[in-house]
Amino acid sequence: MKAVMTVIGADCIGIVAQVSTLLAKMNVNILDVSQTIMEGLFTMTMLVDTAKSEQRFEDIRAALDAKGVEMGLKIRIQRADLFTAMHRI
Amino acid sequence: MLDLADIKQTVDMIDHQHLDIRTITMGISLLDCADPDIGRCAEKIYDKICRKAERLVAVGCDIENEFGIPIVNKRISVTPVALIAAGCGKGDIAHLAKALDAAARSCGVNFIGGYSALVHKGFTDSDRRLIESIPRALAETELVCSSVNIATTKAGINMDAVAALGRVIKETAALTADRDGFGCAKLVVFANAVEDNPFMAGAFHGVGEGESVINVGVSGPGVVHSALKEVRGLPFDEVAETIKRTAFRITRMGQLVAQEASRRLGVPFGVVDLSLAPTPAVGDSVARILEEMGLETCGTHGTTAALALLNDAVKKGGIMASSHVGGLSGAFIPVSEDEGMIAAAGSGALTIDKLEAMTCVCSVGLDMIAVPGDTPAETISAIIADEAAIGMVNSKTTAVRIIPAPGKTVGDEVQFGGLLGSAPVMSVHGESAKEFIARGGRIPAPMQSLKN
Repeated sequence: MKAVMTVIGADCIGIVAQVSTLLAKMNVNILDVSQTIMEGLFTMTMLVDTAKSEQRFEDIRAALDAKGVEMGLKIRIQRADLFTAMHRI
Repeated sequence: MLDLADIKQTVDMIDHQHLDIRTITMGISLLDCADPDIGRCAEKIYDKICRKAERLVAVGCDIENEFGIPIVNKRISVTPVALIAAGCGKGDIAHLAKALDAAARSCGVNFIGGYSALVHKGFTDSDRRLIESIPRALAETELVCSSVNIATTKAGINMDAVAALGRVIKETAALTADRDGFGCAKLVVFANAVEDNPFMAGAFHGVGEGESVINVGVSGPGVVHSALKEVRGLPFDEVAETIKRTAFRITRMGQLVAQEASRRLGVPFGVVDLSLAPTPAVGDSVARILEEMGLETCGTHGTTAALALLNDAVKKGGIMASSHVGGLSGAFIPVSEDEGMIAAAGSGALTIDKLEAMTCVCSVGLDMIAVPGDTPAETISAIIADEAAIGMVNSKTTAVRIIPAPGKTVGDEVQFGGLLGSAPVMSVHGESAKEFIARGGRIPAPMQSLKN
């Protein structure tokens, strides 16, 4: 399943490294990454593919959520179809 | 890759602007549950609902989890029970309400609608019995919602039913007096009721519908309000365009969720209802959208025009986003369920007369309005008649969900909690309509009904 991850919060060293390490551990493939500072906040979006992961989507979501809490960030993962539906005709 | 700003916008809508799917409602036909024995009928109803809706809540939660979109309610609507009860002969129809309640609890849904009768032209025996049983049914169940259609553009207004419903509402309030007349919050009196409405308390599964269906109601007043802050002071053309663009996005989300739910449950997709449904939460109010357009307080002069624009633009934006639009599809203005409406009514700027005018240009009607507990039944009937007349003449759905709060008077407040919110008790005209309501009979269908 293709999903969009968003990572939003105060900038600090190692966000990309820690998030991508966690994804690699769960066998989630990163397809695309975009990162910037928006409205003063670190804002990263990743397009990922969970097809090869043996974990259930809700477990991946929970792991990312926990990592976000640990790093003081809001990390969410949502199916990519949602964004395509809302922003593409 | 999707545009970063688009992704951020969606996340903001969910996190900060209360964007959610208000309801996934499964409509279930109970036509095959009729039985001469009312006990057996209740068993059939319970079994069928539990079988059909067994996975509804679980599937809703899975979709919520994967898409990261809150789905606030999972609900069930059923065939108007008066139709099923017609085959039961004697027996207390409220027994069937208990079966609905038990089935709803078993499935874990938030509400079940369809304890209903369609009497716009006349009553069958079971219609009469069901209407008489409504106060007890609503007092003795938690999750059951009831509705009665008393008028259509094609048939006119059944004034005997209007008179009866005034009494039923008073009795329902009396039987739930310990909860500020809460039973009345689960009872809607309709003109031109629709068969595929996913919203409560007025949802039922129409006889023109299939065996079962998935209808979805979207929300989004907070998102529209937030978008309008970007066009402050600009002409109405810009306001309308902004609302249309926002409604399009909200509805696309609803369509996606509806299709997904339909696929997973193996139940056909029916409609997306485009209604802007507020909640009592700050930042999720239809009234605040109207005020964002430049009104000091919702209810002042200009409110009806602002609401007309909002209602129209939501439909225009939403209609292209969904393959099937239906239900009520318009902005809701329930007083107790809308933080801005509560404030406007509390300040005296929003009156029942202005609300009536507003219902001419939006869905649905006088909704979740608390009035003094000593309001006569005939006055409530007359309020229903006025709303029904607006619906009948304008070929639109109108409704009344009114709570004569026992022991309360103007200036008091009623508390229902949750999405049903709280409401200041509003004043009604003291002059009597008793003789008007006592006439009975039917108000003939208007010229608009003769389209053939």
